[in-house]
Amino acid sequence: MPSAAGCDDNQRSRQKERDVFSGVIVPEKPDRNAIEVRGVSKRFGIGENAFKALDNVSVTIRENEFFTLLGPSGCGKTTLLRLIAGFDFPTEGQIMLHGQDIAPLPPFKRPVNTVFQSYALFPHMTVGQNIGFGLEMLGKPKAEVKARVDQMLRLVRMEALKDRRTSQISGGQQQRVALARALAPSPKVLLLDEPLSALDYKLRKEMQSELKRLQTETGITFIFVTHDQEEALTMSDRIAVMSAGKILQVGAPWEIYDRPADRFVADFIGETNFLPGTLGAIENGRTTVTLSSGAMLPATLAEGYVPNGPATIVVRPEHARAIREGGDLRGQVENIVYFGTDTHIHVRLDDRNLFTVRQQNSRSRDCGFVVGDAVGVAIAPDGAQVLKD
Amino acid sequence: MARSFSVRAQPGFTTVALICFFLLYLPIATLVVYAFNAGTSIAIWEGFSLRWFHQAWNNSQVIDASIRSVQIATAAAILATICATMAALATTRTRAYRGLTAKYAFINAPLMVPEIVTAVALLIVFSRVKIATGYSGLGYLILAHTAFCIPFAYLPIRARLEAMDLSLETAAADLYATRWQAFRRVTLPLLWPGILAGLMLAFVISLDDVVITEFVKSGGQDTLPTYMLGQLRRVVTPEMNAISTVFLAISILIVTVFFFISRKRDV
Repeated sequence: MPSAAGCDDNQRSRQKERDVFSGVIVPEKPDRNAIEVRGVSKRFGIGENAFKALDNVSVTIRENEFFTLLGPSGCGKTTLLRLIAGFDFPTEGQIMLHGQDIAPLPPFKRPVNTVFQSYALFPHMTVGQNIGFGLEMLGKPKAEVKARVDQMLRLVRMEALKDRRTSQISGGQQQRVALARALAPSPKVLLLDEPLSALDYKLRKEMQSELKRLQTETGITFIFVTHDQEEALTMSDRIAVMSAGKILQVGAPWEIYDRPADRFVADFIGETNFLPGTLGAIENGRTTVTLSSGAMLPATLAEGYVPNGPATIVVRPEHARAIREGGDLRGQVENIVYFGTDTHIHVRLDDRNLFTVRQQNSRSRDCGFVVGDAVGVAIAPDGAQVLKD
Repeated sequence: MARSFSVRAQPGFTTVALICFFLLYLPIATLVVYAFNAGTSIAIWEGFSLRWFHQAWNNSQVIDASIRSVQIATAAAILATICATMAALATTRTRAYRGLTAKYAFINAPLMVPEIVTAVALLIVFSRVKIATGYSGLGYLILAHTAFCIPFAYLPIRARLEAMDLSLETAAADLYATRWQAFRRVTLPLLWPGILAGLMLAFVISLDDVVITEFVKSGGQDTLPTYMLGQLRRVVTPEMNAISTVFLAISILIVTVFFFISRKRDV
């Protein structure tokens, strides 16, 4: 796919004409919003039994973005996706697509397509017929449908299987057909509902980079739902972390990982150590924390957070080292877990809290500790952050 | 001696099975055999002949009743299948709500209500309607048959719908299919084996009915079963066997055809 970046508006619109993905919106302004969710709530049931699946959610998803909704099951991420697709309607709020409120529209009137968790391929149609279904429903001429189907088959590298039944192809191939079928009508936004969860580990890895490639090549906005934090971190431009019907934080992967907004986000993304501490004076979002051992650490504050009283300090396992003598905290090695690339040393601190240290492995030596050793934990100068509980 | 359990290894299995098959099929076999009897008895074999098939074929009453049976069964089966398909869609393509179970019960009630009760009730209602409207055609029989055929058509259609992934219709809607297009292009083709099964079942049930037909029919509206019942009260000749044999052959044919259609569709 040729990229439209750098063209002037005139060129761009002409290119759009020639573009095989002619239905795709090539952004007039690069930063235009694709989807804007405004104050959306969704309740199932009525009265006291009502279940609030989404609670006053607002989020903006930009054009050409790979956006991920991440959270544990039941957090409302799939509900939000279904509202954008039109399979459900919000109890309150608006869903804007390029500035137009689509919340009341039925799914077949929204230029938004979905890749389903179960793929939902039509079993009575061939691979080619599945991919062409959307275009056919849009009333495109036969020749155009055929050309587009062939093009989509090339895009997902499935040319040879065009006339197969969907029951005659493997899970990974079904996944590709589902993607091609959803991309064929050139939707403005592609929704993906945990599409990789049914695949085994290796195939999942392969499809992750495949998805990234498709997103770059087509330039379509992807909204991806997953509960797998690793998947979210590796694939996304931005991530929204959800819990109990609310969005807790929206940000780039590094922001979510390194600057978690609160304890839930820090806990859900990656491995984290939580330590109690007392805060000193706050200046420019920085402070000094006194730990239970008496050690003093510099720490940053989560953005917009004004603490009072005792606070929780979060330290990632890779931002600490295990050392024989000294250290900010002292304890005893309780367990050593080998992971191949690295080793986790679980330290039972003197204040009875557990602390995990991650150490890079090397071929020439082991981690240097055995269970029961007295050990010190040295925290990197920028490793500590103060969090909302 | 670690042999897996098999019911076929139980003592007496073969004996019991043989007795069951014997009891089930001996009467039918006898009936078929005597259809080819040269004599006039349904119990004394006098040689092979096709004369009773000939006689039945030339009996205008038999042909008349057969045509009527097929007309009623065709009309009733189609109407019942349409109603049953709509009912099945309405009861499966919805979120569960209070009263849904009651609706299942209502749809399937004709399976539970004794046929004779329905027959008497219809007799009373239809006789009044006949007087009020003056119409006394086949419509009453078709309506009555439609009513008791609906649950038979409903069950296989609903079973098929429940086994179908709901996300297929959602996917069709997502791919710009209107409700009608989604139904015609996705739901209906996948539902087709269920609809055919329902149609065949309804057809056979209607063809076979005696009690309700006997009560509801007007004069000169004999179907094949009620005609045969009437004949049995008089003289019984192997003609009855011949008619029954043809009836049986057609039923087996229908079931076989359906079996192959549904098997092909499922692959």
